[in-house]
Order: sequence, then structure tokens, then C-alpha cells
Amino acid sequence: MAFPDIGPLWLSLALAAVTMSILLIVATPLAWWLAFTRTRAKPVIETLTALPLVLPPTVLGFYLLILLSPASPLGAFWVRVTGSSLTFSFTGLVIASMFYSLPFTVQPLQSAFESIGRAPLEAAASLRASPWDAFFTIASPMALRGYLTAAVLTFAHTIGEFGVVLMVGGNIPGRTRVISIAIYEHVETINYTDAHILSAILLLFSFLVLLFVFVMNRRYPVRIG
Amino acid sequence: MASLDIKVRAGFGDFTLDIAHMFELQGITVLFGPSGCGKTTLLRIIAGFETGAAGEIRFGEEVWLESGAKKCLPPHRRGAGFVFQDTRLFPHLSAQGNLAYADRRSRGWGARIGFDDVVDIFDLSPLLDRSPASLSGGEKQRVAMARALLTRPRLLLMDEPLSGLDFRRKAGILPYIEQLPAAFGVPVIYVTHAIDEVTRLADRMMVLKDGRKIADGDITEVLERQDIQAVIGRFEAGVVLNAAVHSHDERFRLTRFDCNGARITMPHSGLPIGAPVRLRVRARDVAIALSRPEGTSIRNILPGTIAEIHEEPDTAFAETLIDIGGARLRARITRKSLADLELEVGKPVYALLKTVSFDRRALPR
Repeated sequence: MAFPDIGPLWLSLALAAVTMSILLIVATPLAWWLAFTRTRAKPVIETLTALPLVLPPTVLGFYLLILLSPASPLGAFWVRVTGSSLTFSFTGLVIASMFYSLPFTVQPLQSAFESIGRAPLEAAASLRASPWDAFFTIASPMALRGYLTAAVLTFAHTIGEFGVVLMVGGNIPGRTRVISIAIYEHVETINYTDAHILSAILLLFSFLVLLFVFVMNRRYPVRIG
Repeated sequence: MASLDIKVRAGFGDFTLDIAHMFELQGITVLFGPSGCGKTTLLRIIAGFETGAAGEIRFGEEVWLESGAKKCLPPHRRGAGFVFQDTRLFPHLSAQGNLAYADRRSRGWGARIGFDDVVDIFDLSPLLDRSPASLSGGEKQRVAMARALLTRPRLLLMDEPLSGLDFRRKAGILPYIEQLPAAFGVPVIYVTHAIDEVTRLADRMMVLKDGRKIADGDITEVLERQDIQAVIGRFEAGVVLNAAVHSHDERFRLTRFDCNGARITMPHSGLPIGAPVRLRVRARDVAIALSRPEGTSIRNILPGTIAEIHEEPDTAFAETLIDIGGARLRARITRKSLADLELEVGKPVYALLKTVSFDRRALPR
């Protein structure tokens, strides 16, 4: 029995790693704002952030396809600057995944910031720490577990992505064929052996990731440090 | 001496705070009042934590708030230390880490407060490596006070730092607070609703009620005022006397204090002759007689004259103020006694104090 091509697995891992890294940075200010704002627009922004949780990935993928295609202003701009299209490219997949996984980054961070509250930040200010200083020296270390949860969930969720990738990226080997797409194709072509192997890898991976999160939550129920 | 000049207004739902005051920044100024009177809010406005406040705050020449000109100096640039009721030590740092956090950020702000001095004075050496979670309430508050001092503050704001502690721990921390202004040259504004902390700590006090200032000034003068007795509460209402140790009676373990010529005896204080002390005499612990009683166990019988009488309509009680020569005592008696003794302003009387009625914890300053 030949081992199936594991290129799609590496592509999924790369996609998940890049998406997670960018999202952790981009989602931090959003989560911070949501945690501390007193504006009445907050529920609207929260809903928009949570929308990818309930929207069928095909719907999200469809809108993203339109947004990223060379016919749209954003897609056209990208083609002009880089000479290549966002759709059916790895970059396009990263952008799409960021939308798709956004709630999995924002929500753990937001609840971490909310549970820290304003009190330690006021204390930091009374000790002559500027808001930036207080963020890096007090809020982020105190939110470390929130960051860990956000990182793991975002990574795992991106690995499992299917519908959005199919819509935006298609199925180009080495570029957009991620593991879930590869499994789908193996099934379509009645190559159950390879589908079994890749599925088992994904199953084991997901189990280990979730186990890690639960063990962390159990072992360090308060805060690290 | 710097001054803090404030004129602020802030609304929170039904509650409005409206206060104009010039704080003379020397020693300890206590903001006193029942819970919900706005004293903590006022302290937070001074620190810059309440962004909704309108008005003006000036620290010496420096503008901290001028809402008309949209000027508001952020809290971290005001140079005011803050000691929180709930300590707010950083849980991810050790006690030492908490102190260093303040120390690192205030190196350029005057060398008069040294890291080691502060650690010494608050007896923190054995606690430095501990995490905040492993400290007792009193230890936490000591670290928090030391941390606030290490910001080299120009003004130290303290928000009921002792209210979460039991009586014994509280007594253990009061001496640390008491010495702050003298030891470090830092003026303190201290919020509390406990009258014993006022007696012990305050040089000056401001009394707040429903978001307004109802009295302010030297503590002995403020406590003599009839209109603030209700704020203090009947049980604790009384006066504070400034006195000095006159002599000791070693055989019966007593100390005699001199209070502007009047002699007051209380259990042995262990203090040196001449040491200045503060005595608190509660109104309910003072009785009145027309002639010097004979054959009584009461040790303190002070001649004086009635200075003020306030009858409380629809109750059994009346409050009197007795001038004992340079100091005044407040006595709470029944209106029936008032009538039977035919008391009136100017009438000579004897004030009877039980020895045990003094606040033993009043200390030198």
C-alpha cells in the first residue's frame, strides 16, 4: 500500500499557522475594543464577528470569492500591485481563512480581557505605566491563557476548513489543495484507502489539540506566571 | 506646600457629585462620610480614573483637568500614587516584581524614596519572593502601599485600604500609614468611613454627604460640630482631644494626660512624658453632674461650663458641648436630665468620663 501524498497536509498546516499568526495580531485590538467599549454599537460588531460561526461556509466562501476576484476593486488592486490573482492562490486562502476563523480568535481574547477588567489597568496607570506599557506588561501576560486558547482553536479550526477553501481556492495541488479537499477528492474518486489515512490523521490531530486545551484548562485554571 | 485645587462635577445616574475644595497638601487629609456619599468617586476623579468628570483640577501650577478646554492629564502622568481597597497587586508578578514595576517607572522622579528604605519600613524582606496569592490580606496591603510609594508620588491617594481587614490586622497596619507623611514627605488623601481611622490618622478632614462637602478643617474643630454627628453615627459620635503625656502612676498602671490644663487619666500608655497623643471621647461615654461627685469609681471628673445644647425633637436625647478650658467635650444625655438639672448655656458643671472610654490606639504624632 502506497502512502498517500501528504502535500495537502503540509499545506493545511502552513495555512493554519499563517492564519493563526496574523489573526492573533489583528484580533487583539478588536477583542480589546469589544471588551472595554461602552458604545451601543457593540452588539452589532459582536454579531458581525460571530457571523462566521453560523453562516454556511459556502455562503461565506461565495461572498469572499466575489470580494477577492479580479473583477472587484480589492481583487483588481491586488492584481495591479502583485500581478497575480487573489482567488485560487494561497494568499487568497489566508485572507478567506482569517474571516472564517475570526470568531475563534476574538472570543477567547475578548473574554480574557473582560475577566481581567479595568482594575489592573488602573493600578498600572497609577504606577506611571502608559496604556501601551500596561497592555504589554500587565494585560497580555494576564491574558496568556486566552491567547493560548485562541491560538489553538484558530489553528485547529483553520485545519478543518473545507467549504470556504473550495469556493475561494479551488483544488490546485501544492497551492490550494488542503487536506480536507484532498480527502473529498479521494472519496469522489473512490480511493477509500487514502481517504482513510488522511481522515485518521485529521481525527487524531483534532483529538490531541482539544485534549491539550482541556488539560491546560484543568491544570492551570487560574493564570500562568 | 503644594495645594490641590479642585472644582468638579460628575453625574452617575441619580447621583451627582459637586465639590469645590482647596486641599492643603500636608500630612493626612481624610475624606469621611457614609458609604455612597461620593468620597471614593472624588478620589478616583483626582487620580484621573473617572473620565466623565467635568470641572477643574490643579495641582500647584499644573493643570490636571480643565474640561472647558478639553484638557485632561491621563492618570499615569499625574504622579499621584493610589492605594486601592482591593490592593490590585499584579497576580503574575511576585511581591518583589510588583515593587520593581513601580520602581522602574519612577527612577527619574526624585531619589528621596529608596527601594530598600521602603522594603525596610514596611517589613517586606521576608515577603519579596512570594506571589500575591500566597499573602494574607494585611501583607497584601503592605505590599500595595509600598508599591504606591515607590512611584515616588507627589501625592498619595488611599481608598479605604483597611476596610477589608479584621480589627487586629487593621491595628497592625495603621502605624505604617501614620508615618507616611513624615517619613517620606508625601501628603496623603485618605478615604474612610471608619471614625477610629479618622481619629488615628487625620490632620485635617473633609466630610461628605450625598455628593456634597458638608464640613472641612482641622479634625478637632470638625468633630465638635453638631451637624456632622449624624454622619458619624450616634454610637461613635464624640470629640477628639489633643493632649500630651503628663505623668505616669506606675503602681496603678495609669497615665495622666494634660489637655490644655485639664488632667485626664487613662490606663498606662507606655509613652514617654511629653509625648503628644490624641484621645477620643465618645459623647455616650460622658455624663454630667452639677456638683463634684464623692465616692465614685469614675476617675475623670472635669470642671467646665455648658457651651452648647442641642435637643433632638421627638427623641429622648439631647447633645451638649462642655467647655473644659481649652478643650471641649460632647455629652449625650436625655432631655429629661437636661430639664431636671436645669442645664443652660454658661452653667458650670462637672463632666464625668469613664477611664475606659478613651481610644487607646491614639498615638503620638
